[in-house]
Amino acid sequence: MGSAPGAHLHVEGDTVLHRLPAHTKLVGLMAFVLAVVSVPSEAHVALGALLALGVAVLLSTRVAARHLLPRLAVETPFAVFALVLPFVAVGPTTALGPVTVSQTGLTAAVALLLKGTTGVVTAVAFAVTTRPRDLVRALQHLRVPDPLVLIASFMVRYLDVVADQLRRMKVARASRGFSARSVRAWPVLAAGTGALFIRSYERGERVHLAMVSRGWTGAMPMTSPLSATPGQWATALAPALVAVVVSVGVRMAG
Amino acid sequence: MHVPDGFLDAPTSVATGVVAAGVVGASLVRAARHELDERTAPLAGLVAVFVFAAQMVNFPVGAGTSGHLLGAALAAVLVGPATATLCLTVVLAVQAFLFADGGVTALGTNVLLMGVVGVWVGYGVARGALALLPRKLSSIPVAAAAGALVSVPVAALSFTGLYALGGAAPIPLGALAGTMVGWHLLIGVGEAVITFLAVTSIVAARPDLVHVARGRLPALELRIPEVVA
Repeated sequence: MGSAPGAHLHVEGDTVLHRLPAHTKLVGLMAFVLAVVSVPSEAHVALGALLALGVAVLLSTRVAARHLLPRLAVETPFAVFALVLPFVAVGPTTALGPVTVSQTGLTAAVALLLKGTTGVVTAVAFAVTTRPRDLVRALQHLRVPDPLVLIASFMVRYLDVVADQLRRMKVARASRGFSARSVRAWPVLAAGTGALFIRSYERGERVHLAMVSRGWTGAMPMTSPLSATPGQWATALAPALVAVVVSVGVRMAG
Repeated sequence: MHVPDGFLDAPTSVATGVVAAGVVGASLVRAARHELDERTAPLAGLVAVFVFAAQMVNFPVGAGTSGHLLGAALAAVLVGPATATLCLTVVLAVQAFLFADGGVTALGTNVLLMGVVGVWVGYGVARGALALLPRKLSSIPVAAAAGALVSVPVAALSFTGLYALGGAAPIPLGALAGTMVGWHLLIGVGEAVITFLAVTSIVAARPDLVHVARGRLPALELRIPEVVA
């Protein structure tokens, strides 16, 4: 799914999650979702509780629902897959109302919905409280190789510029009477995509030359490095710790 | 298109993450040696933005539905496979962390499927096709289209393989593979047509920007009139 241009990434606020350093949030997010994924699929109650924890974290950001709901819509395609799963999976069957479905498929579908929704909810909580710039700083702090950090930093910096260019090209097409209704529109749209590549590449060349002329040597200076107190680490990792305890507990009990 | 959290179990997610990290590391080395150096990072960054933006262009399929470009083979043909892997990796990471599109624990899986399998299969097929086609500039869009056509179903087949290792529910694998490949063959045809048209327009305007066209461009010659006035 292509993400809509101009989607509100970061929403200003002053909550615990907003104030946490980005790298602690990133590690906390990864650890939490990984622990949730490791919970056995049959433990629906435990997964439901962890989803509730994820929703609580999202609500703690106090971001308005009109910002959040469109972001949660990315889940739709795989929710459809989860609905189909009980009908195509094999194994012992069970009656669900008037239809007979696969028992293992049903279990897996519920687990898939719970785990996937937890992942989306927590990732949205991260996205709305973290500036794109801070994501790049977090990657740099976590020792992601420099070229990747640089590509990411140029990407978040020029995302809106290129998205605007795309929008202007669309307006230009529309004002000349173009409307994309059928496959016959493809040559025009594809040529537009080609033009977008040339414009992006040439913009990259100009940015590169401008930076070289200002003394760029290939290393991005680390300005205002991130730092976190043990307390901040503890806050960021608390949901992950809960999820690990639940995951281990379910396995021990099962 | 992106694999969400919980689709594959935790060990498979971690394993694909490790493999993806290894290939991305190798791509870093190769990109630095053959395709770009650290100083040209702005170029790679803008290519990543292009891939992201190109996925926003909706192509109408009919009956009110539309699809969009995946762009792995297109990026590989335009900027070289190692750079394309790096760009796709960053695009997928930004989509996962800032747009919640694709699970954060499935990032390794998504990078492996699109950034590695999609890119390298697309590039390999395009290179192979170029070796067979006549040595003309007009062969390049055809080769790029062949790469796009093959890369999409192969990536889908790789997903089926991963699902067999660590899938969430037992689905008959033959049926899953058949459905996945069938649908993605259709998607691949669309991808091939769009890639063909886009590369045609780029080759017409700036053939020097197309990675696979290197060494195929007519040498520019400087002509000075012998007698001036």
